[in-house]
Amino acid sequence: MNSKENRTTLSAEELKFEELLASGRKIEPRDWMPDDYRRTLIRQIGQHAHSEIIGMQPEGNWITRAPSLKRKAILMSKVQDEAGHGLYLYSAAETLGADRTDMLEKLNNGKMKYSSIFNYPTPCWADMGAIGWLVDGAAICNQVPLCRTSYGPYARAMVRVCKEESFHQRQGYEIMLTLCKGSSEQKKMAQDALNRWWWPAIMMFGPRDDQSPNSELSLKWKIKLFSNDVLRQKFVDIAVPQANILGLTVPDTDLSWNEDTGHYSYGEPDWEEFFEVIRGNGPCNKERVSNRREAHENGQWVRDAAMAYAAKRAKISLSQAA
Amino acid sequence: MSASAASTKSDLFTYTLRQADNSMVLCQRLCEWAARAPELEEDIALTNIGLDLIGQARSLYQYSASLCDPKVSEDDLAFMRDAHQWTNLLLVEQPNGDFADTIARQYFYDAWHLPFLEQLTRSHDTTLAAIAAKSVKEAKYHLRHSSMWIKRLGDGTEYSHQRMQDAIATVWPFTKEMFVADELDLRMLEAGIGVDLDVLKRAWESQVVALLISATLTKPIDSEAITGGRQGQHTEYLHDLLAEMQVLPRSMPNRQW
Ligand SMILES: [Fe+2]
Ligand SMILES: [Fe+2]
Ligand SMILES: [Fe+2]
Repeated sequence: MNSKENRTTLSAEELKFEELLASGRKIEPRDWMPDDYRRTLIRQIGQHAHSEIIGMQPEGNWITRAPSLKRKAILMSKVQDEAGHGLYLYSAAETLGADRTDMLEKLNNGKMKYSSIFNYPTPCWADMGAIGWLVDGAAICNQVPLCRTSYGPYARAMVRVCKEESFHQRQGYEIMLTLCKGSSEQKKMAQDALNRWWWPAIMMFGPRDDQSPNSELSLKWKIKLFSNDVLRQKFVDIAVPQANILGLTVPDTDLSWNEDTGHYSYGEPDWEEFFEVIRGNGPCNKERVSNRREAHENGQWVRDAAMAYAAKRAKISLSQAA
Repeated sequence: MSASAASTKSDLFTYTLRQADNSMVLCQRLCEWAARAPELEEDIALTNIGLDLIGQARSLYQYSASLCDPKVSEDDLAFMRDAHQWTNLLLVEQPNGDFADTIARQYFYDAWHLPFLEQLTRSHDTTLAAIAAKSVKEAKYHLRHSSMWIKRLGDGTEYSHQRMQDAIATVWPFTKEMFVADELDLRMLEAGIGVDLDVLKRAWESQVVALLISATLTKPIDSEAITGGRQGQHTEYLHDLLAEMQVLPRSMPNRQW
């Protein structure tokens, strides 16, 4: 009774939602939810789906040039997994009333964003190693907690995604290991890739907590379970020893082990660059989006044909049934 | 080893290599579609087919390599041979073009590949028979997929119909080569190892004619066969394809990747 009095401003629906959240059970599509919760989720899941799809490009570029049959097969199935992740996530967003075609439209015309990490170029084979190791590695740090996020369909999609991401991380690290055990030229390729991918990976966790306006509400709604800085620290603590095993140098002069905290201390990334890339001025923003748009436009007549064919079939089976 | 055993071994090597090269080159073409397909589901489907093909190519290259003296690896065979040493059919090296071109090439190949593999499951060579048995299931899916698209595009919109019809006409001259048996084919057939291409031709033609009709498409007029792939005489497209595929191992040979 007491709690009800305190919450006189909450409707019965709102109360039920809050109780569901508090109990740790999942919010499901049929449950009532605040408009902002729905909007936040559609934005986050949509961006996440777009990241999977755009993320196919930097590695897709290297499938035709993979240096061994084994690596080619692994890279093909990795890029294929990312397409699958996109599909699960678009489906999760559709349970909230969003529409895949509409979301893709917004990706194509720049109205929806995707992770900035995919706006960096992949000029070298070692980038396939660094992406798997660091980018998929950072994605895992972000996504493992999302398996427990409050919205049921999103959480379940993340369970499937995370299983595959750990294979992505391993194959990337294995590419790095092989290069680091190879010729000095190969090791140089690996170091160069680490130099280029380290800071973008650090920035994948988003702005610092004191600069991150959206975070607080997401934490309250249990969409996010840990803050950006907590997840970033976790990533650094995992990745630095891995770099040491490779015999590579992390390009951060402020990096050191902190006895007191039991964590690595690390330097400040170039946030100016981060925001520039978000604003669309990264090295590959235009290319990524225009490739996507081109694929979409080139495929229009094919999708139209499939629809027309299906409509004809439906008409025939209808007249046969009559 | 007797002279005839040695020649049998080298025949078997070349016969296996031809199949491996077909799968490899077609796989490489499908890889070019990555992140470019008309829709996400199709990106996944084309990659599935590509993955099957690279799996087949690897089994076949490994078998070829085991027949080789001195020793080579699957990667040596895939990355260290020049175009004139490749033995694939000209059909599979033709460029992707638009989606209809890719589907036409794929369908004509699938409609040949499946019955080829079905025959090969009865080969006296147990390794080839086993690889074929595994590949048959995959090829059935490939044929179902490409047949479906022939129908969708052929009997879809007026525009897709025209593009599909044009695509068929473009690759048609390259389909003949699939049925031209050379001396090696005849020796392998004789030995109970290889496939009878005459039988295959009849199966292929009836399947293709039936599908084109149901897709409202017209069978192109037969022209002179363009051949030479299996003798290493390729179109310029293969040179470009290999230049891209082989760039890293060629620029840094003898490295682990
Ligand atoms: Fe993914
Ligand atoms: Fe991944
Ligand atoms: Fe798959």
